[in-house]
Amino acid sequence: MMLSAPSFSYALLSPMLIVLAAAVLGVLIEAFMGKTHRAAVQLTVSIGALLLALIQIWQIRDMSSTSAAVNSVTIDKAGIFLQFTIIVLALVAVLLIADQDNFVARASTIPGSVEEQITTQQQVKQTEIFPLFLFATAGMMLFTVSTDLITLFVALEVFSLPLYLLAGLSRRRRLLSQEAALKYFLLGAYSSAFFLFGAAFIYGYSGSVSLVDISASAGSANDIFLYIGIIFMSVGLLFKISAVPFHSWTPDVYQGAPTPITGFMAACTKVAAFGAILRLFYVGFAESQTLWQPVITVIAVITMVFGSVVAIAQRDVKRMLAYSSIAHAGFLLSGVVALSKEGLAASLFYLFAYGFTTIAAFGIISLVRDSTGEVSDLNRWVGLGKKSPLVASVFSLLLLSFAGIPLTSGFIGKFAIFSAAYQSGNTLLVVVGVLASAIAAFFYVRVIIMMFFNDPDNDSVSVVIPSIKSRISITIATLITFVLGIFPSIILNTANNFANLIK
Amino acid sequence: MQISENLVWFIALPLISSAILLLVGKKANSWGHIAATTVSASTFIIGVIEFFAMQARPEENRAVVQKLFTWISVGSFNVDASLLLDQLSICFVLLITGVGTLIHIYSISYMSHDLDRRRFFAYLNLFIASMLLLVLGDSYLNLYVGWEGVGLASYLLIGFWNQKPAYATAAKKAFVANRVGDVGLSLAIMIAFATFGDVTFSGIKEQTDAASTTQLTAIGLMLLLAACGKSAQFPLQSWLGDAMAGPTPVSALIHAATMVTAGVYLITRSSFIFDEAPIAQLMVLIIGAVTLLFGAIIGTAKDDVKKALAASTMSQIGYMILATGLGPVGYAFAIMHLLTHGFFKASMFLGAGSVMHGMKDEVNMRKYGGIGKFMPITAITFGLGYLAIIGVPPFAGFYSKDKIIETAFNAGGIKGIALGIATLLGAAITAFYMTRVVILTFFGNERWGHKDEPHESPALMLIPIALLSIGSVASGYLLSKGKSLVYWLEPVVNPLKEHHAEELFSHTTVSLMTISVVIIGVSIAVRKYRGDQSDTAPEKVSKLTIAARKDLFQDALNEATFMRPGQSLIQKLLNIDHLVIDGAVRSVGVVSISAGSKLRSLQNGYVRSYALMMVIGVLSLIAVIWVVTA
Repeated sequence: MMLSAPSFSYALLSPMLIVLAAAVLGVLIEAFMGKTHRAAVQLTVSIGALLLALIQIWQIRDMSSTSAAVNSVTIDKAGIFLQFTIIVLALVAVLLIADQDNFVARASTIPGSVEEQITTQQQVKQTEIFPLFLFATAGMMLFTVSTDLITLFVALEVFSLPLYLLAGLSRRRRLLSQEAALKYFLLGAYSSAFFLFGAAFIYGYSGSVSLVDISASAGSANDIFLYIGIIFMSVGLLFKISAVPFHSWTPDVYQGAPTPITGFMAACTKVAAFGAILRLFYVGFAESQTLWQPVITVIAVITMVFGSVVAIAQRDVKRMLAYSSIAHAGFLLSGVVALSKEGLAASLFYLFAYGFTTIAAFGIISLVRDSTGEVSDLNRWVGLGKKSPLVASVFSLLLLSFAGIPLTSGFIGKFAIFSAAYQSGNTLLVVVGVLASAIAAFFYVRVIIMMFFNDPDNDSVSVVIPSIKSRISITIATLITFVLGIFPSIILNTANNFANLIK
Repeated sequence: MQISENLVWFIALPLISSAILLLVGKKANSWGHIAATTVSASTFIIGVIEFFAMQARPEENRAVVQKLFTWISVGSFNVDASLLLDQLSICFVLLITGVGTLIHIYSISYMSHDLDRRRFFAYLNLFIASMLLLVLGDSYLNLYVGWEGVGLASYLLIGFWNQKPAYATAAKKAFVANRVGDVGLSLAIMIAFATFGDVTFSGIKEQTDAASTTQLTAIGLMLLLAACGKSAQFPLQSWLGDAMAGPTPVSALIHAATMVTAGVYLITRSSFIFDEAPIAQLMVLIIGAVTLLFGAIIGTAKDDVKKALAASTMSQIGYMILATGLGPVGYAFAIMHLLTHGFFKASMFLGAGSVMHGMKDEVNMRKYGGIGKFMPITAITFGLGYLAIIGVPPFAGFYSKDKIIETAFNAGGIKGIALGIATLLGAAITAFYMTRVVILTFFGNERWGHKDEPHESPALMLIPIALLSIGSVASGYLLSKGKSLVYWLEPVVNPLKEHHAEELFSHTTVSLMTISVVIIGVSIAVRKYRGDQSDTAPEKVSKLTIAARKDLFQDALNEATFMRPGQSLIQKLLNIDHLVIDGAVRSVGVVSISAGSKLRSLQNGYVRSYALMMVIGVLSLIAVIWVVTA
């Protein structure tokens, strides 16, 4: 029997390999390096690795291959754009994450215990977050380019497991944070099981794990297997993007996780999971579109309406943004349903723009505090505009972008994605989408009104002076939100040129 | 088309000034209002220069464009941020900057006691910039930016005195109604884009033949919805009355002369769509007719002077909308009425503000009476506006409103007769309620119940009112002389393209009819309100009066049809989110709103119930697929 050596095209894989290597290096640093400089070194390693990966992405931007790692990874235009998006978002997020104040000093201490107090007093710094963060980032990058079911599943787990841990590391309200992490883990495991089960059915149907082969075998075998496979795999992915009814974890986890992690998760997980969804449906299940399009349409409609409406009743800013992120998942699903080049391009742009707005918004939330830590209760944000006009104005701009008001990136994203959906004949989705975004605008603007039009009551909520790292991060993300509203062509054109998935 | 380099200043000047006033902060308190007024006046001067330059050019070269930058450019889809100044937009530019500047001047005095006057002027400039962008944008997308901009400026200004809760509610109501309208506009843009692959006015105009009537009707109806939101037309009219909570100059500028007429602009600008979509055009007529009567009836029962004027604005815009629905013959008359209305309504609002200024901010007309002799100039200018709005010749409203009534009668068939009667009836009611306002305010017994006599306002307030009054006297004659406005607008809306063969009534007949109903309306009001009046509203009144006092139950209707179902939807979805999944521990139905808030404050969702939710989701998906494939 002849065994040929597996072929790898290392150049194409290098962005992921760099980030993974840096993650491993981070673990070694944790093990062997003294405490004094660990945080600085870890941050340098993370930023350095991401920058290197960015350079590599730039080098390979015009290349493509279906056999980068045997047949399990496809590097194509859309994949490169998604990886690029994940890296730049991660770069902005890591600056927020580097703000140590948000993380518990030592995760193993029991909340409220003496040990906890001691480690806090000793100002022990939590540095394990960096390798975890890098593992998650690498997993997300792999997720967007995996082209067989097994790699897809491995990537899913690689990026999910670190996130479960990171979600539980909040310094304040630790019980809430740990509860959220545990829920996220259990439900995540549950949804992964669905995903795997679905993958098995698809394999049973097509006799192959490769998306291309699955597409080619459409109509050749027992359709029941295909139906069940599609549904179960979708559940795993819809869970990650928090589409209704697989969204229940979202508000709890967004609220409980340390705010910078929430920002990272909300932005990058969406990119990665939508990357995989787009690839799965545009490549693997493209031939069975009559089957899944109605299902995803229904999910999109429910998700948009549910997210927008329930957000109105929220009194906690992080929970409100959680429901808002649910609604945005619905808007993004319109791009999946469109199943066209325009839909793909619009989705790519939307993910890019939404990611930055989200990270900036959570960055701002991490600044509003009282003596016990972050204040996410909206009633206490009243009058913030009078206390710190700059922070409130920036947050307002971000909210307007979420709401899709013109001259922000959110408007361009919505316009692109809805017109793509309309062009491919999904009128219902567009009408519901526009209605839902009108409803959603209500709660975004209500926060603005609260901040600017009501007088502050004299409690001790204040805005902390952000560290230089947070400041850079929030500034960059806000600027991108604003600039993409006025000059969207920069990214819109790129997204259009990169809207190509190799089938 | 000619290229111009000057258009950008229309928007840049007020925008920059607004930004400076907001950013510099308190340091600008001493000069902020002067700067803002100067900027507004400069835009007016640029407008006048552009107007004369445009007039000097031959007709086919009158429109000028300026490309600012490429906004969106993807593949074949290009949207430039471009400005277009043509015969239609120059009318609006002059109105916005002219009336706007006068109102800036008026506000210097009116707001002089307000500590935050600088911020007020910053918002006013922001409004001017957005409104100019709205009328100068060369595509629906650019218009939409201005559309949202005026909305924003309008909330900021309505809510300017936000220390009073009623004002915040008013701002919220205006927000909701406008959002409904915005949905219409964004859907219209998307349908237009999907149909034509273009969003510029000129691009779509050339391609209307290629589209089906259904597509055009859909776009038209969505545009009409947008117009209803912004222009306070039925069924989205209820916010306008509450918006009167804002400072009076705001009511004059935004809620009488300019922003609320944006709907009329939108429909006129989209004439190429409505002319090809008869159903949408018919809806425009119906909405216009209903609102003009609605507004007029509400106006008869309001005791708050500003709300009475607001109802009247609603009704007059109804006339304009109706005129736009009459097709090519109507557009020019709609615009004419819009311009004359801009003058006389702004002058009356400012007059009302002057009365309030002299009466310690009292707005209830039952507490006025006999003010005329204390405030003669205000009374005279208000009187001129009054003569204009009820349509007494030769004042402005006579020319513009008469034309609408005449065109309505001559629209042909039963439609023409119905519309003619509606407009005529509206004219009679207008005469009634405006006479009522004038008598209750300026004549009769003094009912203000305190010793301080009202005093005339300072010159800085009176001069703008006086200048506007000149407009309410002369503008109608000037605009209709030799059909000047009709010919001016012809290249944009083609009003002379078709002519109805036979006319039901001649011009003279319509004028005579109008004048007679006006006389009837005035005399009924005089009979009813002459002599001494009580300072409280009578309680034993007809059902119609009660209905009119309550805005013909529109709020109750909105509440019953939208708000309550909406709230219950929120509650139900919340319950689904918290309850179905926690069904194991809580029985459905016991959770009220308060329990809902308790649930919100804690995370008490059980993982097992979340998982159950997912299983239900999977089963429903299977059901969907089963239905689809079966």
